[in-house]
Amino acid sequence: MEPQEILRVEDLAKHFTSGRSLLAPGRARRVVKAVDGVSFSLARGRTLGLVGESGCGKSTTGRMIARLLDPTAGRVVVDGQDTAGLRGKDLYHFRRKVQMVFQDPFASLNPRQTIGSAIAAPFEAQRITPAGGVKRRVGELMERVGLKPEHYNRFPHEFSGGQRQRVGIARALALEPSVIVCDEPVSALDVSVQAQVVNLLEEIQEDTGVAYVFIAHDLSVVRHISDEIAVMYLGKVVERGPVEELYSSPQHPYTRALLSAVPIPDPRAARAQVKIRLRGDLPSPANPPSGCVFRTRCPLMATLAEPERERCSHEVPEPASFGRAACHFADSAALT
Amino acid sequence: MTRFILKRLASLVLLLAAVSFITFTLFQLGPSDPAAASCGQECTPERVAEARVALGMDKPFLVQYLQYLSGFFSARTIGAPGAESICVWPCLGKSFQTNENVTDIIARSLPYTLSIASGALVLWTVVGVGLGLVAAIKKGRLADKAIVAGASVGVSLPIPVTGLFLLIVFVNQFHLLPFTSNAVVVPWGPAGPGSWIVNYLLPWVALAVLFSASYIRVTRTSMIETFSEDFMRTARAKGLAPRTVVFRHGVRAGITPVVTMLGMDIGLLLGGAVLTEQIFSVPGLGFTAVRAAVAGDLPVTMAITMLAAFFVITANVVVDIAYAAIDPRVRLS
Amino acid sequence: MTHASMETSSRPARGAAPFLDVRGLTVQFPTDDGVASAVNGVDFSIERGSILGIVGESGSGKSVTSQALMGLLKGTSAKVGGQALFDGVDLVALSEAEMRRLRGQRIGMIFQDPLSALHPLYTVGRQIAEAYTVHHRATRAQARKAAVDMLGRVGIPNPEQRFDEYPHQFSGGMRQRAMIAMALICEPELLIADEPTTALDVTVQAQILDLMLELQAETQSALILITHDLGVVAEVCENVLVMYGGQCVEAGPVDEIFYRTQHPYTLGLLSSMPTLGGRQERLTPIPGQPPSLLDLPSGCLFSDRCPAASLVPDRRCRTERPLLVTEGGHSRRCHLPIDQLATLPASR
Repeated sequence: MEPQEILRVEDLAKHFTSGRSLLAPGRARRVVKAVDGVSFSLARGRTLGLVGESGCGKSTTGRMIARLLDPTAGRVVVDGQDTAGLRGKDLYHFRRKVQMVFQDPFASLNPRQTIGSAIAAPFEAQRITPAGGVKRRVGELMERVGLKPEHYNRFPHEFSGGQRQRVGIARALALEPSVIVCDEPVSALDVSVQAQVVNLLEEIQEDTGVAYVFIAHDLSVVRHISDEIAVMYLGKVVERGPVEELYSSPQHPYTRALLSAVPIPDPRAARAQVKIRLRGDLPSPANPPSGCVFRTRCPLMATLAEPERERCSHEVPEPASFGRAACHFADSAALT
Repeated sequence: MTRFILKRLASLVLLLAAVSFITFTLFQLGPSDPAAASCGQECTPERVAEARVALGMDKPFLVQYLQYLSGFFSARTIGAPGAESICVWPCLGKSFQTNENVTDIIARSLPYTLSIASGALVLWTVVGVGLGLVAAIKKGRLADKAIVAGASVGVSLPIPVTGLFLLIVFVNQFHLLPFTSNAVVVPWGPAGPGSWIVNYLLPWVALAVLFSASYIRVTRTSMIETFSEDFMRTARAKGLAPRTVVFRHGVRAGITPVVTMLGMDIGLLLGGAVLTEQIFSVPGLGFTAVRAAVAGDLPVTMAITMLAAFFVITANVVVDIAYAAIDPRVRLS
Repeated sequence: MTHASMETSSRPARGAAPFLDVRGLTVQFPTDDGVASAVNGVDFSIERGSILGIVGESGSGKSVTSQALMGLLKGTSAKVGGQALFDGVDLVALSEAEMRRLRGQRIGMIFQDPLSALHPLYTVGRQIAEAYTVHHRATRAQARKAAVDMLGRVGIPNPEQRFDEYPHQFSGGMRQRAMIAMALICEPELLIADEPTTALDVTVQAQILDLMLELQAETQSALILITHDLGVVAEVCENVLVMYGGQCVEAGPVDEIFYRTQHPYTLGLLSSMPTLGGRQERLTPIPGQPPSLLDLPSGCLFSDRCPAASLVPDRRCRTERPLLVTEGGHSRRCHLPIDQLATLPASR
């Protein structure tokens, strides 16, 4: 049976405008295209890893999926329903379907609220009484994420970072969503604790069939948890594909550079590896390069002849098909 | 930067216009009737009506306001037909009580207030920031605890209490200082800056005790926070002397909240001056304002209110500009 | 195990004292809840021209160790004990004034987050020039020239122009380059880098690590690289020190640590890391939490989380702190190192 699609994102865009002024109306407004034409889909019970460096738009994309931000353009379809037009009551009901887990579990918990009532908050907000009562359900959730239900009345500061992230996960699970957007959920945690949380997320997915959009900058963690990967650069998805394929034979020169920059915890392999180093910094998203957004740092540019370079600076590359890179010369890149 | 300052100055003018209109309206709606007040005890309805005409209060409200505003741009005539007098530019009207030009009254009282305010400002800034800094450096030690305790006492002492206490101790009991004389107005006067300082020392201290207490607290908190910043560690790691670390790196970064507070307090000084001037019998703006308000002298009260608003708004603009000067992140973004 | 000693790892030829020799370093902080023992006996040495990686998770004492070496805890309420002989001079015993002459001049330091480590209100160039003038008699113009040269050496384009810009006008990678320029402008013989790339993106991290290696090779300084990332250690360091609960639990050459791991904690760290290589079914986390520094266990600090603790007879892991034992340049602090697991009776 074909896995059933739960989330589809089509041409999603978010443009932030700044520099508007009452006293200087003539001054040009600056438009920052934080996300610009992102598309992907996700099946039930599967995980999409969204990777890229800071400023690539991965968090903004996550927030638009959870409708914490309104998209400037494009569609987010959850379980067959387009969320773009949702307002008022419909939006309120939609929130049950998509939940979020944030990076900093301490900052996203109210320090004066007990852990139990933090986990119970979604029930209150949605005016739902689960079978057996709120308290019993919260106890079950706490047990599910590996917390002791008798800690119901404790406060966030009494917990370690890993435990607080478990609270965040329990809270996201409360309404039995179909999709959870995890925004850097383990980045603030130590390696040994990070593994506990990653395992927990995987177990929950096996039990409940929830789909994850897993946003992270740590490519090793993303590889471990994801079924499919989308690599973002300056607001665009430059490459998307199944995890094994993408990691073993990356097509886009940016993906290749990104993977080669990850330090390998294996000294011999590290010494043997051929490194691709990107020059310079990320261009400002307020003023992205024309044509291919990656061309200013692309190692491939040096190997191209003049007419080919022209093409990179004028024509925006589109991925030929699923699993292919948004690069005019991805094929030659794979050869070098 | 220039652009930034121009923008702030434009908003200053707009705000002042708004304040003048609101103040004018408030006085119109108020319960006092200056015409009745000015015609004294043997008042007949006819004489009140005459007084209304003489004071220009027979005209519609907006006309009165525009006439008032015109005084900012040129001289104008005031008074009943046949008995007009010229009010020279800049005209803020004439006192209902003395028929004197309000501009002259202000010009006479302002130097007293400026004398009190400027000295007190310097005194409390130096003392407040200095002690706050010492407390932050000696955090948790005896000096810190003593300074914080002193600040708690200072902030709870109202100006009348400190003022009277100072007067009793230094003037009445021990004759260490003279009672404030109204003959000494400016430091460059014939008596010289020394006697100016001696003359205003007590009012300064009375005001400064109250204000420096909060400066100590703000400076201390801000400095302690700054001292724990990463860049302070970087400064030490360079091998800089502790003095350089504290002053060049710490104070520069930790002083911003003090600048904000200073700007707001300069604006509020007039309020403090009202009390201080009463206690020390100095005929400054505060003193004059109280007398004018009691007598229902609209033009004088109005002028002083606008002046106070002008101080507050200007001080805020100055703070914004100072902020941009201090912090390149404000200036360059 | 007859050859037990407290010797530190990777000694050079006998007789010559190591360039930096740290012995029994301890750091304690008084807190409202009692004394926090952040560092509980760290021993290591490093030679000029070599690179030592210190790895550990949060609370392992790795950053506090670096601050103690830099003398940044002098004048605070922290109590520093033990010895740190830097070219024969004990850094722990030095006064603040004596330490100040070494800081920036002979020992440089790079911090984690370059945005907060740079003063927001001074230009980048002025801050670098200041690091130069502290230790050199120089005119303004000379200091500026030195700083501009240094900015160029760390790969900042248009250094003359960037000199007058403020930290917020720099990108994250450029800021860390500027920090490196500041730390290296007096050509220190020892450079301590405390999580220098943690705040950076991977592609920028790679650039910065390359730069640090290049400059280290050029100047032949000793480099201590503090990190939580075993990947960074594997790529950059010759020798590794693994810290846990404020102690060195394992130390040695990088291949020894990765391929002949002796301490169960190091092994736990390695197996809890996901890798870019083949897909693992499940990660193997280390159960539990690190010990509270306010209330350290009396036995081995890792015993609460150690899968092998129950295999050691007489509850030794719970009651007796293991000593650091060195064999063939590889040190470990464990009653039952992994190479001895095989020698246990097969009854388990």
